[in-house]
Amino acid sequence: MATYDVVFSKLGLEDWCSQGETSGPLSMKDLLARTRGESETDTSIWEVPFPSMDALNEACSSFPQSRELTKGLENGFLSIKDSLSIFLDPLTQPLSWFLDGALHVMLATPWWIVIPLLLAVVQLVTKSWKLVAFVGISICALAFIDHYEYAMQTLAIIFVCAFLCVLLGVPIGIAMSRSDTLQRFTIPVLDMLQTLPPFVYLIPLIFLFSVTESKLYGIAIILYAIVPVIRLTNLGIRLVDQDVIEAADAFGMTDRQKLYRVQIPLALPNIMAGVNQTIMMSLAMVVIASLVSAPGLGVLVLRGIRNLELGVGLVAGLGIVILAVILDRVTKMSLARINASQKN
Amino acid sequence: MSDDIKISIKKLYKIFGDDPQTALEAVQGGMGKAELLEKHNHVLGLQDINIDMRAGEITVIMGLSGSGKSTLIRHLNRLIEPTSGSILIDGEDVLAYDEERLRRLRREWMSMVFQKFALLPHRTVLENAALPLWVRGFKEEEFEGEATKWLDRVGLEGQGSQYPHQLSGGMQQRVGIARALTSNSPVMLMDEAFSALDPLIRTDMQDLLLDLQKELHKTIVFITHDLDEALKLADHLVILKDGFVVQQGEPQEILLNPNDPYIVDFISDINRARVLRVRSVMEKTTSVPEHSQGEVAIDDNLESVIAKSGGATDAIYQVMRDGQQAGIISMKDLMKALVPTEAATREVR
Repeated sequence: MATYDVVFSKLGLEDWCSQGETSGPLSMKDLLARTRGESETDTSIWEVPFPSMDALNEACSSFPQSRELTKGLENGFLSIKDSLSIFLDPLTQPLSWFLDGALHVMLATPWWIVIPLLLAVVQLVTKSWKLVAFVGISICALAFIDHYEYAMQTLAIIFVCAFLCVLLGVPIGIAMSRSDTLQRFTIPVLDMLQTLPPFVYLIPLIFLFSVTESKLYGIAIILYAIVPVIRLTNLGIRLVDQDVIEAADAFGMTDRQKLYRVQIPLALPNIMAGVNQTIMMSLAMVVIASLVSAPGLGVLVLRGIRNLELGVGLVAGLGIVILAVILDRVTKMSLARINASQKN
Repeated sequence: MSDDIKISIKKLYKIFGDDPQTALEAVQGGMGKAELLEKHNHVLGLQDINIDMRAGEITVIMGLSGSGKSTLIRHLNRLIEPTSGSILIDGEDVLAYDEERLRRLRREWMSMVFQKFALLPHRTVLENAALPLWVRGFKEEEFEGEATKWLDRVGLEGQGSQYPHQLSGGMQQRVGIARALTSNSPVMLMDEAFSALDPLIRTDMQDLLLDLQKELHKTIVFITHDLDEALKLADHLVILKDGFVVQQGEPQEILLNPNDPYIVDFISDINRARVLRVRSVMEKTTSVPEHSQGEVAIDDNLESVIAKSGGATDAIYQVMRDGQQAGIISMKDLMKALVPTEAATREVR
């Protein structure tokens, strides 16, 4: 006799309970108890179990066990999976093309074009020769220890994902800044995306997409990294000086003029801070995404863990740190340039 | 100066809250500001405002903070929508305008100068001054000349390529004024335009404004909490308290005949000799006095007459307008006018 028998008999549900009586598989605990020949005795008040699904199931076998919950969730997901795929597959297909294309271009172009090109971009956005020299030395060092290809793969993935994050995130942020209702609905989603452990994203994605497709890790990275750029675009536009907005209204600006000529330019420092965060988070995720076949330095780290190759893992980790420092410095420096041009 | 009414505000009410219409009925039924806040939890912003502003004049709206003066000026270009009432500009009801028509009003008929300048920090001084033009869709080569002209006029020659943060507060507000002038609108709204500036620069800017006004004859609505500034600039002075008009009229008139203890308090501290003018104190007559000590102009202030008299208290002067005698002023009348009204009423008590 189980602790909560009383509850069901009081509610007059004994009939319903007995319908579910089966000689189904027993839990290991029950099995042990049976073999030891222990009979169930009345439990003392100190040992009353919490009325959890399993405890209630013991009293009434029609009551679902908690494993039914996870099972139900899984079945539910699997049943909508196919229809979801029909809709999501074509929608996300371009992501695969972008990623594959970027990886192909990055690796097919000879190093003596890619490295100078990267340095030229660094010079263009930061106007700092010191930083160009630092980036040059770092990349050459990586190439010298034969990590060039891996590093470029990682960079290519980050470029594509961060670009798409900005492309999607900035308009979402702008929309949020204009509607309090939208903000109220979006913020919990953003909070969830930010707090959900990255590994958890991967589980439903693996079910939805084939592991061989690059969009699988692309989506994981974008979902994880898009949050800061949305948040900071929203915040940046909301923080634009109300006096300036009022002046824009008083001189008869249209909403479009106000957005492009006042709000976005004035929110740019915040938006760029969001872009910086987004790039750093895509780098963090690209390593984890190597679990689902994302190429790059993460693969080496994974190899280090799987095969206990300490050296391989450590060197790849160091490479990631170098990439992180490069990306961070370059975006921070361009952010500083924007800030300097619009002090108040 | 013409007598045309440019802007006419009639029975304007503004109530802040969730259900202003119900609250409006209560207010029109005679409920006061404090009672309204307590019973309906609505804030009475403006109450039965009726003001006529003449074309080419400076109308100064004065009141302490919280008196609703900034709210009032924002009704003119509908940055704030009124609860009830009407606003006529050149006889047209602004409240009936649709979005497109309202935008045209803001672009071509009214420009605004702000207390905190509200310049665009990422644009150069020239681009800021040209804002009303590029908002209307003009290209840089088209607006450059116009904007430079007004920048030069407000004393910012050669500063066009600077950014606002490189300029001092006074210079930033000059850009603000240049911006308002570039729009070439007949009406200029100035919301505490000089209140954030230090006193010397403020005086400079007031002189600049009067100077510009002599030349341009715009209809200016000027908000201030500073009585000296109000008296210096106003052709028509409106005194606002707790959202209603306490007194309005010619500033000299208000100074000599305040109709409310609130205004008496207000004007008790000012230097009357500098503010009052001969025309307000003189006795209107064309007969030439026997012992005239000389001539003074009709718009001279009393201070200059005292200086001229050298302290003699029995002198009499002829008051001249355009070479003709308009009246006489005796030092006795002048001295009487210098005694503040408050002191006079205390004697009566």
